[in-house]
Amino acid sequence: MVLALTVILICQLVGEVVVRGTGLPMPGPVLGMVLLLAILALRDRFRAAVSATGRDDPLETAGKGLLAHLSLLFVPAGVGVIQRLDVFATYGVALATSLVLSTIAALLASVLVFVLAARAFRVPGEAP
Amino acid sequence: MKQESFALWVYLSRTPLLWLTVTLVAYLAADRISAATNRHPLANPVLHAIWFIGAVLVATATPYATYFEGAQFVHFLLGPAIVALAIPLYEHRATVARAAVPMLAALLAGSIVAMASAILIAKAFGAPNAVLIALAPKSVTAGVAMGITEALGGDPALTAVLVILTGIIGAILVTPLMNLIRVRDFRARGFAAGLASHGIGTARAFQVDEVAGTFAGIAMGLNALLTAMLVPFALALLAR
Repeated sequence: MVLALTVILICQLVGEVVVRGTGLPMPGPVLGMVLLLAILALRDRFRAAVSATGRDDPLETAGKGLLAHLSLLFVPAGVGVIQRLDVFATYGVALATSLVLSTIAALLASVLVFVLAARAFRVPGEAP
Repeated sequence: MKQESFALWVYLSRTPLLWLTVTLVAYLAADRISAATNRHPLANPVLHAIWFIGAVLVATATPYATYFEGAQFVHFLLGPAIVALAIPLYEHRATVARAAVPMLAALLAGSIVAMASAILIAKAFGAPNAVLIALAPKSVTAGVAMGITEALGGDPALTAVLVILTGIIGAILVTPLMNLIRVRDFRARGFAAGLASHGIGTARAFQVDEVAGTFAGIAMGLNALLTAMLVPFALALLAR
């Protein structure tokens, strides 16, 4: 458990350092995610005969524990928003309309393009 | 007696213990309600925990900085949780690799629509340029979105508000909208949720389905990268 958390934190730390050092326009943790992905792939490569993919490994347990309550982690930042709603006041109608309609448009555009592209580029033998 | 309860309040309001506990209790209550309603979109636990805690802070005249001293322990875990998205991604890597083409196509379409529609609608309502800058990266995870706005001379605090609201709006709308247009592909549904409404949409997707959550996490990461590159062009083209 402690080892798993340490591995996750090291990935994040390296991610933050690289992002800050190079000015990449992405969050440090996202780079950390890529790093952890590489670590998981290496782990299974060197651990030749594992049944399944080691789903009960401490890394999986710790990671899934964090993700099970991903919603909770947005609460502190969200509460900050309540206190800053005044910046919203002047252009409230414009911003509210824009947020709702634009979110609907973005959801529809991405889901429809995904479905159409999946249909057009179906890998042979894949279930529909 | 009054003196004593005041002393107790002074003690409690100065330790991180109180507000950390309040955050967890509010979330647990909101999450129970969400579970009891079979994860109904309107029972979104982020939304209800936020307004409840906000009301408590206003009622007790507690500054956000004091609250955050306690809540920062929860907030800190956001980074490690994003790193941990690698775990479901790795588990479903075969499914993800097969969907590379649809993902990239949906990323490009969704990212452009998210930015352009937000800018054009707000502009039609007469919002000035400074507001449009803050609005353009609204679908991107907060840290990156605030960085984008700051680099372009906008107000990052306004961006933070718009980003969180977009997340909540997307998390509430995604399920009814997808059911309405009868899309049952959880890869596509999740990808749309993460693209349009970043981490809060991703949290919603994980509530519904692990594959959906995995695709939402990928969309969130990719859209942060693409939006950061495209926002200056979108503003130059549409905001003038």
